[in-house]
Amino acid sequence: MAKGDPGVTARGKRAPSRSKRPAAGQPSSEPVQLLTPEGDRVDSVVGQDGVEYRVDFTDAEYRSLYRDLVLVRKLDAEATALQRQGELGLWASLLGQEAAQVGSGRALRSQDMAFPTYREHGVLYCRGIDPIMPLGLFRGVDQGGWDPNEFKFNMYTIVIGAQTLHATGYAMGVTMDGKTGSEDGEAVIAYFGDGATSQGDVNEAFVWAGVFNAPLVFFCQNNQYAISEPLERQTRIPLYQRAAGFGFPGVRVDGNDVLASYAVTRHALDNARLGQGPALIEAYTYRMGAHTTSDDPTRYRIASEVEAWQAKDPIARMRAFLTRQQLADDAFFAEVDEQARREAVHLRERVLEMPNPEPVSMFDHVYPHGSAELDTQREGLSRYLESFEGSVH
Amino acid sequence: MATETLTVGKALNTGLRRALESDPKVVIMGEDVGKLGGVFRITDGLQKDFGDQRVIDTPLAESGIIGTAVGLAIRGYRPVCEIQFDGFVYPAYDQIVSQVAKLHYRSQGKVRIPMVIRIPYGGGIGAVEHHSESPEAYFAHTAGLKVVTCANPQDAYSMIQQAVASDDPIVFLEPKRRYWEKGPVDLDAPLSGAYPLHAARVVRPGTDATVLAYGPMVRVALDAATAAAEDGRELEVVDLRTLSPLDLGAVYESVRRTGRCVVVHEAPGNLGLGSEIAARITEECFYSLEAPVLRVTGYDTPYPASRVEEEYLPDLDRVLDAVDRTFGW
Repeated sequence: MAKGDPGVTARGKRAPSRSKRPAAGQPSSEPVQLLTPEGDRVDSVVGQDGVEYRVDFTDAEYRSLYRDLVLVRKLDAEATALQRQGELGLWASLLGQEAAQVGSGRALRSQDMAFPTYREHGVLYCRGIDPIMPLGLFRGVDQGGWDPNEFKFNMYTIVIGAQTLHATGYAMGVTMDGKTGSEDGEAVIAYFGDGATSQGDVNEAFVWAGVFNAPLVFFCQNNQYAISEPLERQTRIPLYQRAAGFGFPGVRVDGNDVLASYAVTRHALDNARLGQGPALIEAYTYRMGAHTTSDDPTRYRIASEVEAWQAKDPIARMRAFLTRQQLADDAFFAEVDEQARREAVHLRERVLEMPNPEPVSMFDHVYPHGSAELDTQREGLSRYLESFEGSVH
Repeated sequence: MATETLTVGKALNTGLRRALESDPKVVIMGEDVGKLGGVFRITDGLQKDFGDQRVIDTPLAESGIIGTAVGLAIRGYRPVCEIQFDGFVYPAYDQIVSQVAKLHYRSQGKVRIPMVIRIPYGGGIGAVEHHSESPEAYFAHTAGLKVVTCANPQDAYSMIQQAVASDDPIVFLEPKRRYWEKGPVDLDAPLSGAYPLHAARVVRPGTDATVLAYGPMVRVALDAATAAAEDGRELEVVDLRTLSPLDLGAVYESVRRTGRCVVVHEAPGNLGLGSEIAARITEECFYSLEAPVLRVTGYDTPYPASRVEEEYLPDLDRVLDAVDRTFGW
């Protein structure tokens, strides 16, 4: 994991995208894009926040980002397949959102804390967490098994938008701990979707983060749909413009462009860690699959729309770029595909071996120091299970 | 031995001051808790002495108060949130029951949320709508939360400190109509020597019937016991103190001795705590009972206009009527 983590450990230079220069021209109304769908590099672009964005990766870092995108997509596809075969109760696929997640995830530094929803498998991967971890939640054997403190990546949050407030409070704590104001300070990132922007909690988080100048990046993956409801049911203005009303900058980035996603996130995180407060990033992207494996997107969106977004695929454009610039050859792509295949097979094997939890484990961790009442109930269930002849419990 | 006579409100204030002194990770947050010292002045003077990083005036949004406190707790702080009134806790309900209560469980013990949610609750002060409610059953029904309430100045002083020091997320219900009642408080008693936070207590021993009450109703139960004694009937009054989990051992012991039980609370009777307590006593003490467990509660209405709240709230006469009925079986 974390092979060639661009901008965090592998690179010898500072964040590539920072620029204090005044905007060279009018901020574009288009999302920040540094890699076109055709795979052409854009040297620099001014975002709606007036910041000029650019990136400067080494050849190895470009290849590493490509590898991340492919691996994350493959593991996600494997999880979807596992659900279809009855091995998972549900899966929330990230298909189409790989660039937004890998770009932002790779922009995080080790000390930064992330607060995800339930779809951030790509960010989770970038945090160095075993990709099997979220599958326990969707298989129903646990509720997510990683240690949020160790990996600086919190538990998945299923109630929409609730985690944005947790992120805000955590970021307030970062400030109270005196961990902002320098280039090695801490920053926090909160992930949520376009639907979440309608929630009270997200708006309260905007208010709080603004008035407390929290070192927090709100990273909205606008994938155009909240289950079946299109963006028009959530807002009548572009979502990044919401930030202005709360007193911090907002910027829209091409969420299918891993380079731009990295650039805007790194910039916002750097500002946050320096004590310059929150920012809202709207990663404009598209959920290519269903909301979860339980719904049928053909009921609420048309094929031509999906095809139009297919043409903006984050992996295809990165591959075109690598090929055109002769940064990678067919052997490299084959090797990445083979690694992804192996990791997916490994994931499958381990999922099938995931044991069911002991029934009495349901009583664990309700309270940090236990409870006499629950001890009684635990003993009762144990006795009941043992009363069955041939019980294996 | 510094025993002083304090009101419940001042005892809470002093207890919170001690909590801030004893642990630098304790922070108080809520609406108007800073310069104003809270609308009931429970946090009076704390921001002045501990600064606005420790006693934080928040934006006016209850879900935000609780949700950000969750993040602070994950960061290692011990937030003490004030919800200004009982009826205003509902916007924060999702954060409390879905996040505060469950994060420890969800993370298989890796995350702790040691926070206190203080709520002035209950009626009897002539307030307008949303300022007199008893929401305890909503929280007591949620695993992962602990719910406690104090009824006198000594408990107010000790229990608030115990709650802040606890690793459990605790809903701390303050009986607002008792804020001004005075009583002795031993300020020097070590916290470890205080009566346990999660234990009921017999506050008046008796032999003829048990009256269970908590929070604002303990005073009513004690007054009823005084009145009953004049008629030659000795009521045992148990202050539950902890509402979730319930400390029923002490209750069973009392009921087995007296054979009769009346549960008193302000909240509506339907699916209130009294229902659970009556059922549990029936399961555990059936052969000791001389009569069914009776409940004296608020009615199953929204909290009414204040000019009729005296009729809504259980009072001494309704408690004594119920006690009389338990002797009629």
